Amino acid sequence: MDQDRRGFLQDAGKFILLTGAATLAWDYVVAGAPEQAPNYIATDHWWGMIIDIDKCIGSGNCVRACKAENDVPLEDGCFRTWVERYRVDPYDLDHPHVDSPDGGYDGFPEIDKPGDGMKVFFVPKLCNQCADSPCTQVCPVGATFVSPDGVILVDKSRCLGCRYCVQACPYGCRYIDPRTHTADKCTLCYHRITKGLTTACCETCPTGARQLVDLKNPKDPVHAFIRDHKIHVLKPNLATGSKVYYNGLDGVVR
Amino acid sequence: MGGVEGFIYPNEVELQWSILIVLYPFITGLVAGAFILASLERVFNVAAVRPTYRLALLTALAFLLVAPLPLQMHLGHPERSFEMYITPHRESAMAMFGFVYLWYLMGVLLLEIWFDYRKDLVLTWRASTGLKRMLYGALTLWSDDVSPQALRIDDKIGRFITIVGIPSAFLLHGYVGFIFGSVKANPWWSSPLMPVVFIFSAVVSGVAAVMLIYMVLCLLRRVPIDMLCLDTIAKYLFFAFLIDFSLEALDLIHRIYEAGESFGALDFMVRTRLFVSHIVVQICIGTLLPILMLAATQVMQFSEITRRRVYGTAGLLTLVGIFAMRWNVVIGGQLFSKSLLGYTTYKMGFATREGLLPALIIMVLPFVILAVLLRVLPPWGEEAHLARHKA
Repeated sequence: MDQDRRGFLQDAGKFILLTGAATLAWDYVVAGAPEQAPNYIATDHWWGMIIDIDKCIGSGNCVRACKAENDVPLEDGCFRTWVERYRVDPYDLDHPHVDSPDGGYDGFPEIDKPGDGMKVFFVPKLCNQCADSPCTQVCPVGATFVSPDGVILVDKSRCLGCRYCVQACPYGCRYIDPRTHTADKCTLCYHRITKGLTTACCETCPTGARQLVDLKNPKDPVHAFIRDHKIHVLKPNLATGSKVYYNGLDGVVR
Repeated sequence: MGGVEGFIYPNEVELQWSILIVLYPFITGLVAGAFILASLERVFNVAAVRPTYRLALLTALAFLLVAPLPLQMHLGHPERSFEMYITPHRESAMAMFGFVYLWYLMGVLLLEIWFDYRKDLVLTWRASTGLKRMLYGALTLWSDDVSPQALRIDDKIGRFITIVGIPSAFLLHGYVGFIFGSVKANPWWSSPLMPVVFIFSAVVSGVAAVMLIYMVLCLLRRVPIDMLCLDTIAKYLFFAFLIDFSLEALDLIHRIYEAGESFGALDFMVRTRLFVSHIVVQICIGTLLPILMLAATQVMQFSEITRRRVYGTAGLLTLVGIFAMRWNVVIGGQLFSKSLLGYTTYKMGFATREGLLPALIIMVLPFVILAVLLRVLPPWGEEAHLARHKA
């Protein structure tokens, strides 16, 4: 076996580094990945997300991370996730002032003055991964579908680009990718969550306002969270079976 | 973001369905309406509209052949559209389009036209030579039996196809209405009345179109217009329009009275961005005015020339009104945000893939096809036949 001095030192260095705390940490990382993709059993999971409105500070980290992780075009009208800022005058609840400059990509410019009496909060939005999703229902060729673990995905090699799904989504979560002329949307970072990682948006949220949850996992903290908090989904009247649960969602949010 | 007012979801900047998708229900509506007019004569034995029977069938065919074109031009991947036949998603309203279309084209319209024209085709084939003989030979499908017994069978089958055809025509266009009416995400579309409104507006537009085409063709051919036929068609147009308007008014009144969650946003849209196309063009100029004009011809005695002018104007206004209705459904349904907090604008291109120019070409195409059809399958034999009968 050819082993020069340089190679020997490199191997020895790795060995020394991976002892003690490093070894323990590595074990922890491996253990933290419930299953690697080849062993991932889709039917054992039912993915959703919890969003804590009071924790969101409108940093836009999630929007930037999503665009980078999922190669989402930077142009107007292409968002897998975005953040809305609501400013509600308590005397005029029917007319909230809402903005989302570039989907919140660069955060939000300060426009409120302390003491102006407005209620201000941020609402991160993404595909609601509906259990009874209107978008999969209308797709004429079944190019968009629900995976066995409850994620709505699009098969770009089959999508006709008829845009019926974009019309059918009540939350405005779909767009047409100008490069492929096919429908695109949040996949809940399917390439990550099936490898035991969390989504890019949850990973980068500085306050932990977004949390990926597995509703089929009895040990998932989501169950305790739902029990202990007043949670709500967007547009419940449309009965889409949304799996993005909001804590502290204001009634004016649409 | 020019043209945006209030707040819209970031993905709503671009309108998804363009003027081409406006043409789709407009064209299929003309098909269904023209066919219903033709079947009046065939099934309900309304002899007065006999002169337009074949013309209505050919009009329906000319428009039906063009109907999928705007859809194809709109698709991001038109080359994949055949997948709707091979692997249709059965839960999707849109997936059935291909089947409904093919059924209507092959199972109803082409068959009915063929059985009706078979005798003429055989006679032309026998009397012609060369290329023309080959063409008509092919059109007869090499079946040259025109014995009275064979013609009786033709007539029976033709009648049967028409009886099947009427619900098929309703299906074709009611189904188009369902594509919009079943979108629960869109409060402007979501309504169980939508398919019914679409069917009756289809009848109205198809009848008006055939009436106008008949009048123009009579002018071009310098033959007198059969006024009994025209009066009868106008009467049917009037009654169909009354039903159509009642249904649309019902939808409107229901929305206004119920004043649900979306009402404020939609009401604002109709008063501002949709005011001209909805209130002025669709309701006032395109519906109330032609209804009043047609009503006048029903209750007052006008001279023949005045009636012709009234019918012509009312017919044109009707088509403008129905086109505006399609526009207001398709484009109007996308001008407001699903957040109900803002509005966007439709910017139509000209010489772009989904611009005005391709839309105009698509609208001219059925008339070119109709001109060819009229040459290959002249419907005028019917008039001579009728004249002989009268004599």
